[in-house]
Amino acid sequence: MRKFDTKIQYLKYKVLREVARYGFEDNLDAAYYEIPKLIVKEKPTMRCCIYKERAIVEERIKLAMGGDKKNPNVIEVIEIACDECPVSGHVVTESCRGCLAHRCEDVCRRGAITFDEQQKAHIDKSKCVECGQCAKVCPYSAIINQKRPCEKACKIKAISMSSEEHRAAHIDNEKCISCGACVYQCPFGAIVDKSFILDAVNLIKGSHENQDYKVYAVVAPSVSSQFSYAKLGQVITGIQRLGFYHVIEAALGADMVAYKEAAELAEKGFLTSSCCPAFVSYIKKNFPTMVDKISHNLSPAAEIGRYIKETTPGAKVVFIGPCTAKKMEFKEGEPASRYIDCTLTFEELQALFDSRNIDLTTLEEGVLDNASYYGRIFARSGGLSDAVVEALKEQNNEDFKLNAIACDGIEACKAALLRASKNVLPNNFIEGMACTGGCIGGAGCLTHGEKNKADVDKYGKQAMEKTILDAISVTDVGPEAE
Amino acid sequence: MKVIICIGSSCHLKGSRQVVEKLQALVKENHLEDKVELGGTFCMGDCVNGVNVTVDGEKHSVSPDTTEEFFQKEILAKVQ
Repeated sequence: MRKFDTKIQYLKYKVLREVARYGFEDNLDAAYYEIPKLIVKEKPTMRCCIYKERAIVEERIKLAMGGDKKNPNVIEVIEIACDECPVSGHVVTESCRGCLAHRCEDVCRRGAITFDEQQKAHIDKSKCVECGQCAKVCPYSAIINQKRPCEKACKIKAISMSSEEHRAAHIDNEKCISCGACVYQCPFGAIVDKSFILDAVNLIKGSHENQDYKVYAVVAPSVSSQFSYAKLGQVITGIQRLGFYHVIEAALGADMVAYKEAAELAEKGFLTSSCCPAFVSYIKKNFPTMVDKISHNLSPAAEIGRYIKETTPGAKVVFIGPCTAKKMEFKEGEPASRYIDCTLTFEELQALFDSRNIDLTTLEEGVLDNASYYGRIFARSGGLSDAVVEALKEQNNEDFKLNAIACDGIEACKAALLRASKNVLPNNFIEGMACTGGCIGGAGCLTHGEKNKADVDKYGKQAMEKTILDAISVTDVGPEAE
Repeated sequence: MKVIICIGSSCHLKGSRQVVEKLQALVKENHLEDKVELGGTFCMGDCVNGVNVTVDGEKHSVSPDTTEEFFQKEILAKVQ
């Protein structure tokens, strides 16, 4: 069964795996010198020559080791890997047959289309506004939109070409919400999320087999749609084999958040969710007047991290999930950084397994069962709203009528926020998920597919606890309850 | 007296929620709220013997069915 969606992910993974291996072996000084040669052998397979390939691998190593410290963003462009794709917008291709109907001309309201002697269409770029109508009506699909995949992926328009002279992609950190859509979409792998994989390696090594302190792995519920070549229980055992003391579901944090969020919503009357860090960042950057509407709850990962640290003094918490924005949430400091010590993606977890030669398929199955159905379905769009409905029910709150809108993807979030900011949104709760499909669409996932939502729902139904209250009741006994 | 119940996955599947709930009720019934502090923790590293419960650091193996007996013997008898 496939481990990755694309060859780009595979290349990135190979670098992460080797960096982790060198880290575990205390041999990082040799990493820059040895890994490029290890990955790029005698013949080029991707670029013009092995020297360019190795230079790019060196850049990837840098990112695998934490990236440019001066750049506050966790998403970075590897300029020498950027193919500087054309940005010409709508162009007429060879497929234009020089037909007689000229629908393109008719539909163009700017008069940007002209014809040569062979009746072939041309677009006058000084008039064209890239509306795309001509492309839609052409019976031969002869007009295409040449847009960079990164720009197309970035729905909030944070990526552009640096300048005419300097054509590599450029990320505007003021706009970027670190969702990672561009990372996943760039066909040349030129946009990469910084990795904190060595921090995880150091946390594990420094614990001296969990004697000096305990290292906990908090795993996002979207794990249920990942590592499909093995069983979930084997993934849990694998994480423990890496040297983690114990594995806990972030979904239990989600149960805790859903319960508190329902109460906060009923009290305030209107809220937006706070669990997707890219969505929260988007509100802060684009709708500053809405910031006070963001739920004051921690994200599920931070919530469970807090509980772990309160009940086990000295504990270290590593969050493992599908999300690049989570890295940003953690890197930006309080409150997440107080409760989480390191953030990894599923891609990086696979790299960690293989750096230690752990073959999941050969392991016995461990167990993972902390959360309820509702906490687990946070991983997909609509799940959080379902959980809030349930929490209100369990709180016997019949007065408050929830009218939630589940925004699937950042464009849907934008539409709802725009209406809410003008007081014309009929809903009283905005569930915002920056990635399409929810967390299962995250850029840090190994694979993305149609089945993922069904996998999450199935995993949800397997939870032993059927209600949110039952799941969170065990956390009532901790210091938090006092 | 500090009583810590393991709420890691393995113990959870063996009924740590029921153990927690029973202990909470028994502490309340016997008015021991001031004397017995209940707490949870994720994993005590002895999954085969779960549900693991420590009383002032000493580990015991408890199940939902034996919680009452455990309470009488290890908590009630020792706290007074």
